[in-house]
Amino acid sequence: MVKLNVNGTSYDVDVDPATPLLYVLRNDLKLNGAKFGCGLGQCGACTVMVDGKAVFSCLTPAMLVEGREIKTVEGLGTIDDPGPMQKAFIEQQAAQCGYCIAGMMMRAQALLEAKPDAADADIRQALEPNLCRCGTHMRILRAVARARDLMQGKSAGNMAPSAATGRG
Amino acid sequence: MKRFWISVLILVVVCLAGFAAYAWKPAIDPIEPPQRAAFDKLLIEKGAVLASVGNCTACHTKPGGKSFAGGLAVPTPFGTIYSTNITPDPKTGIGRWSEAAFSRAMREGVERDGDHLYPAFPFDHFTLVSDEDNKALYAYLMTRHAVESRPPANELPFPLNLRFVLAGWKLLFFDKGAYREDAAQSAEWNRGAYLVEGLGHCGACHTPRNALGAERKGAHLAGGEAEGWDAFALDASSSAPIPWTHDSLFDYLRQGWHADHGVANGPMAEVTGNLGRLSDSDISAIATYLSSRMGEPTPERAAAAEDIRKKLSIDQGGTPIPASATTGSPTSRGGAIFQAACATCHDGSRPQPFGGIDFHLSSTIATRDPQNAINVVLFGLPAASGRESPIMPGFAATLTDDQVADLLGYLREAYAQKPAWADAKAKTADTRSGKYRVSVQPSDGIERSPDNVGAKD
Repeated sequence: MVKLNVNGTSYDVDVDPATPLLYVLRNDLKLNGAKFGCGLGQCGACTVMVDGKAVFSCLTPAMLVEGREIKTVEGLGTIDDPGPMQKAFIEQQAAQCGYCIAGMMMRAQALLEAKPDAADADIRQALEPNLCRCGTHMRILRAVARARDLMQGKSAGNMAPSAATGRG
Repeated sequence: MKRFWISVLILVVVCLAGFAAYAWKPAIDPIEPPQRAAFDKLLIEKGAVLASVGNCTACHTKPGGKSFAGGLAVPTPFGTIYSTNITPDPKTGIGRWSEAAFSRAMREGVERDGDHLYPAFPFDHFTLVSDEDNKALYAYLMTRHAVESRPPANELPFPLNLRFVLAGWKLLFFDKGAYREDAAQSAEWNRGAYLVEGLGHCGACHTPRNALGAERKGAHLAGGEAEGWDAFALDASSSAPIPWTHDSLFDYLRQGWHADHGVANGPMAEVTGNLGRLSDSDISAIATYLSSRMGEPTPERAAAAEDIRKKLSIDQGGTPIPASATTGSPTSRGGAIFQAACATCHDGSRPQPFGGIDFHLSSTIATRDPQNAINVVLFGLPAASGRESPIMPGFAATLTDDQVADLLGYLREAYAQKPAWADAKAKTADTRSGKYRVSVQPSDGIERSPDNVGAKD
């Protein structure tokens, strides 16, 4: 039995403590936002937050995160009331196939919680471990910059295109 | 009695005058910055290769900065030194340095204006470089892009901020002079020794230093420290579970990894990345020299290596799975972490370099100091920019200090048959907090650019 705190709710889950957090989230808690990509911590599709930091849930055994604060993309908002990160991704239409997007949002969320005024270069650097095979990186960068502005209470009219400049 | 004191006074004055004469170096006249056309193209190309042997870019380029423009903070036990601008900018670089001034800096560690240079610049090695090679290095550096950039002032306490004090350091520790061939050895060995001891300055990291920051002569290549990493011993005390040979050294230096030893990481990754420019014959010479420094392994070591080979050929990943991470001994907790978080790559079927090393082969696990293991567990191996490279995720956000210590204890016991490192937990805490500074680089890091370097430096 493993005790997990996910998105503010406590769960007792009957799994082998060595089970990757990703499997627990998807199979036992039915939180399907985080995706299985490579299983090796190399693509970032499985990224969730643990105590405010972005981690690869595919390589994180459930036993290591007992009693810690786990946040998944489902914790950022709902379909009816999306959080600023989700709003920004919708506004910028940052998803193509969408498989990487939950991981991208969680890594970006961890960055902006630690550094609310992250510069565009910080965003690029922070998202570096997360891959997108469709190639929507430029939109993703724009969306994160937009989320930063939304979180800082800036109005919707001003786009934040600067993250889109430079090489992709 | 009066006469005695006068003699003492005279002696003191003579000594001071002698030191002053020794310490004082004349300025060498500035020149008009030479034109590119003044240098032969082949000489510039030769200089480019030599500059990569010297790994000049590693210290003289700041992450995200322009090549060779300096400004990198080099932490030393005495304070922080900032690398200089060695682009041909006339105001802030070496644009007004003549070849004679450049050669003197290499040979004696003296700036054009006569100031002594700090031994963070490894002139104790570069003194061995031939005039011919200095000429090529000069041609290469003087034809780089001039960048106007002045590094910050060094942060050193009195009296180390006074450069003439360095003359005393040189008096104690510095042997000036070009490389002298050892007639008893082959030409290839001598070529290797020239590159390793001179421009390659391997000892700057791989030799331990004394309290005054000089390499300890009696412990040449016995293992040192570099940018927060343990630089392994390159002598008979090498911790490699399978002893290095000429051929494995050649492959490792040529391609940045070897199946018996794993991938280069930490600052060594930059070294193997740079050596890509070197000819096979020079790499082979380096391997010849280093393998002779390591010597033939003892029969016990050879037998242990044979055991490991046998084990690896029979056992495709059969480490016992301990029961639980929260109960039982530290090593059984560590074993559970290993199985759950590490085994996918490190006990899997993907071959190196993209699969993880089997820890039976790991010098990092077998060595005396846990630092490298801590660095890799916490920070991983970041991806190289724009090309394929072995990568590993860091576990700083998931593993607590206790869990890292448990994991390392397990790896030591299960794979190196050695007791857990006593200081693993404390060192993990200091590394995580940044109290102990570590530079994190991809496994094939050639250049210091923002996306290549500096996750934690």
